[in-house]
Amino acid sequence: MLFPREQIRNFSIIAHIDHGKSTLADRILELTESVSKREMSAQLLDNMDLEKERGITIKARAVTLLYKAENGKEYIFNLIDTPGHVDFNYEVSRALAACEGAVLVVDASQGIEAQTLANTYLAIEAGLEIIPVINKIDLPSADTKRVKNEIEDVIGLSADEVPLISAKTGLNVKTVLECIVSNVPPPDGDPEKPLKALIFDSYYDAYKGVVIYVRIKDGRVKLGDTIRLMATGAEFVVVECGFLHATNLEKRDELIAGEVGYITASIKSISDARVGDTVTNAQNPAPKPLPGYRTVNPVVFCGVYPVDGTKYGDLREALEKLQLNDAALTFEPETSVALGFGFRCGFLGLLHMEIIQERLEREYNLDIITTAPSVIYRITKTDGDVVYIDNPTNYPESGLIQKSEEPVANAHIYVPADYVGNIMELCQERRGIFKDMKYLDKDRVDIQYTLPLNEIVYDFFDKLKSKTRGYASFDYEIIGYAESDLVKLDILLNGDIVDALSFIVHREKAYQRARKMAEKLKEKIPRQLFEVPIQACIGGKVIARETVKAMRKDVLAKCYGGDITRKKKLLEKQKEGKKRMRQIGTVEVPQDAFMSILKLDD
Amino acid sequence: MKPIGLYIHVPFCERKCPYCNFFSTTKITNEIVDRYTDIICNTLVKYKEKIKLSFDTVYFGGGTPSLLGDKNLIKIIKTIKNNFKLFGSEITLEINPTTLPIVNLKQLREEGFNRLSIGVQSTIDRELKTLGRQYSQKDIKNTIKLAKIAGFTNISLDLMLAIPEQSIKSLKQSINFFISQDIQHISAYLLKVEKGTLFYKNKNKLNLKNENEESEMYLFLVSELTNNGFKHYEISNFARNGYKSKHNLKYWNSKDYLGIGPSAHSFLAGRRFYYQRSLQKFLSGNSEVIYDGKGGTIEEYIMLRLRLSDGIKNNLFKQRFGINIPQIYFEKAKNFQKYGLTVVDKSSIKLTNKGFLLSNELISRILL
Repeated sequence: MLFPREQIRNFSIIAHIDHGKSTLADRILELTESVSKREMSAQLLDNMDLEKERGITIKARAVTLLYKAENGKEYIFNLIDTPGHVDFNYEVSRALAACEGAVLVVDASQGIEAQTLANTYLAIEAGLEIIPVINKIDLPSADTKRVKNEIEDVIGLSADEVPLISAKTGLNVKTVLECIVSNVPPPDGDPEKPLKALIFDSYYDAYKGVVIYVRIKDGRVKLGDTIRLMATGAEFVVVECGFLHATNLEKRDELIAGEVGYITASIKSISDARVGDTVTNAQNPAPKPLPGYRTVNPVVFCGVYPVDGTKYGDLREALEKLQLNDAALTFEPETSVALGFGFRCGFLGLLHMEIIQERLEREYNLDIITTAPSVIYRITKTDGDVVYIDNPTNYPESGLIQKSEEPVANAHIYVPADYVGNIMELCQERRGIFKDMKYLDKDRVDIQYTLPLNEIVYDFFDKLKSKTRGYASFDYEIIGYAESDLVKLDILLNGDIVDALSFIVHREKAYQRARKMAEKLKEKIPRQLFEVPIQACIGGKVIARETVKAMRKDVLAKCYGGDITRKKKLLEKQKEGKKRMRQIGTVEVPQDAFMSILKLDD
Repeated sequence: MKPIGLYIHVPFCERKCPYCNFFSTTKITNEIVDRYTDIICNTLVKYKEKIKLSFDTVYFGGGTPSLLGDKNLIKIIKTIKNNFKLFGSEITLEINPTTLPIVNLKQLREEGFNRLSIGVQSTIDRELKTLGRQYSQKDIKNTIKLAKIAGFTNISLDLMLAIPEQSIKSLKQSINFFISQDIQHISAYLLKVEKGTLFYKNKNKLNLKNENEESEMYLFLVSELTNNGFKHYEISNFARNGYKSKHNLKYWNSKDYLGIGPSAHSFLAGRRFYYQRSLQKFLSGNSEVIYDGKGGTIEEYIMLRLRLSDGIKNNLFKQRFGINIPQIYFEKAKNFQKYGLTVVDKSSIKLTNKGFLLSNELISRILL
């Protein structure tokens, strides 16, 4: 059935983690009977286990629904899900660019959070019609009056007719759908113009190749068309196109302006079909691509090593597979004296990094060790060369450095007013520069700081949460480089540098970090056959030192009646134990020691 | 086939010592003891029918083997002699110091027993009491004297280190006594609190030694004994010239031995196996033998030989395995030489006394 454009609504849902976006999406799916009850597992749109568990959306996703409105007409609803995290800001902006409206879900007790606001601004910038809804009104802690005020004060939207809903129970969800019909404008665009389609997501399918999700802005695309991806210039012949349903793809002969759907064209690599790129027709190309495309570059790097060195090949394979669906993930081989063969991986941010690490462990069953996350430092050497360093091992000697710079971010922290002191203390500690503070309402505050990115990647989010009992929310964007007095801190075990433990730190914080690291390592490294000095050094100068004492006795004296079984068992047990150890020189270091220094207590 | 070792496990004790977790029972009757003796003899005969064996060492351990009584001990030794060739055998019997002799040592000596291992542990009455041992220093003296009168010229005494209440001073007293007794061999063990023992249950109440004290006592013992003419030939064993325990050396050299009796271990024709830890099963005559894997591998050999003060030697290694000691072991062992734990030269690897004290970890670091 072909729908007139007036009966199409393209929208997305914006919400903070846990504010109920996925639950609302599920209710909408149910109400539109897009999914049978049988197929309905909670939070259908979040495909990955990880997404379900963490309650966050990692990738955008889209679904086409049919809704019969109270006015008697049927509408096509294209619901485009957006990732809910700052790391994926760009993807969010592209998903929003595919819509005309956005449902803003605000938790009735929590109110507006930093990420919600950031995404709402993105939606407003993209010219979307915002439909605020207040969710979880069935909770005893709900305070709809306060939250309504917040919506009016902070976002500047009228909150008079905000639907008060419970996505969990389904209460008033239908009102939300009616609001979408009446408030979200139908898509515009001209089907007769040359094709312009926005890629807002893609995934790799082993049989079909890359499946791209598009919003057709102008023109039309049909089977057999030769399409061109305007950023890369690559051309492909359309093999299949159609609509996206909750549980299947519906093949169509063509997609036309205003519609949302998928295209396959035997595209081998996801890097050929980047999110944000414009699809046009090769024979009749659009003169200009859609605005807003940019390549996303990783900003956080860390080494990823297999615990078991023989799993190096498996790790490579897993990373390759993950990269099929994640153009933002980069990796290249690196070797560490301490950890052997592994990869230097680049990520969009900390969450992205954690997600990849978790997926490697869960979906690919790999035990991995990761090194401390690093940002990209810009070093101007004395000979005038400028180098970008994402691995402390490659950091030039201090004598060769004329100027060192580090990336800085503009950060917004939203927090109840009671915690302002704690936040300022934390930001001060993290070398933050206070920018601004705004009251969102009488007891909620938006604090703005400029923070070095290397302070953010190092345990900042956990600290933020613990200092505000979980109430703070946080958003940041990288704004550029700033000169900084940086030093490379090396850790020596029994006199040998452990390359995997080296890191770059601001000079003023070096001593404190060095001391904590040495203490932590002392705690984590079991007693050895001999005394092991742990030293933290800057350019050969020791600034902190601890000692792991030697063991004094470890002997099975008696071996009665030729019972050597016991000794063999002991040896087997030791063999198992050694698997959890890394040999550094003659010192055995437990694998978890490498991870433990990623989070040091204050 | 070359002569091998024979071990007879006698699982009877008058009372259970609170630190001991060896397999033994205190519920003994004449009937059980006789039945046990018969099964041992039958088993020996069965082995004879199955494979051609000869022995050059026989060891009666336990438990308290003397509780079998002269008659049964002689019956077993006669069965051995009648069915197998014994080549210049070292035949050892474990006994405990007692107030009154419970076996006729003279008669046993005449029947072929030629080595006694006496479970002395300490000569300090207070320490003996802690260990639940029912004899005094005087009884120890008498027992040794009787052994000598009976004609035993190869006597070994057990000494325990790290007994609660023990001090370097009291240890020295025990050591001095041992040295003064004109005996040939000393086995000295650090007390280890084993699961399932009374000591384990009470371990928080016992004044147990810490690692530093244990290490100090061990090193003290080694220096005292070696200064007094004992050769320290294995982690826990010391002998006058010519009196190393031939039987125990079979264990450390990864040589063949047959063990009979509940919980007794064997290493025969490349296989390790042991009897179930059940007297009842054994007495019923159908105790199962549990296969315990391949024995005599390079790894196992190194693990065992490194307990000897001679360590591993290239010529012996080559004789046995047809190859030189793999270089990797030399390299690993060398790492610990500068810490005084190993001595490595071109053709051998040895542990030092300090190395012995850390041998579990050290051997695994060399092997793994």
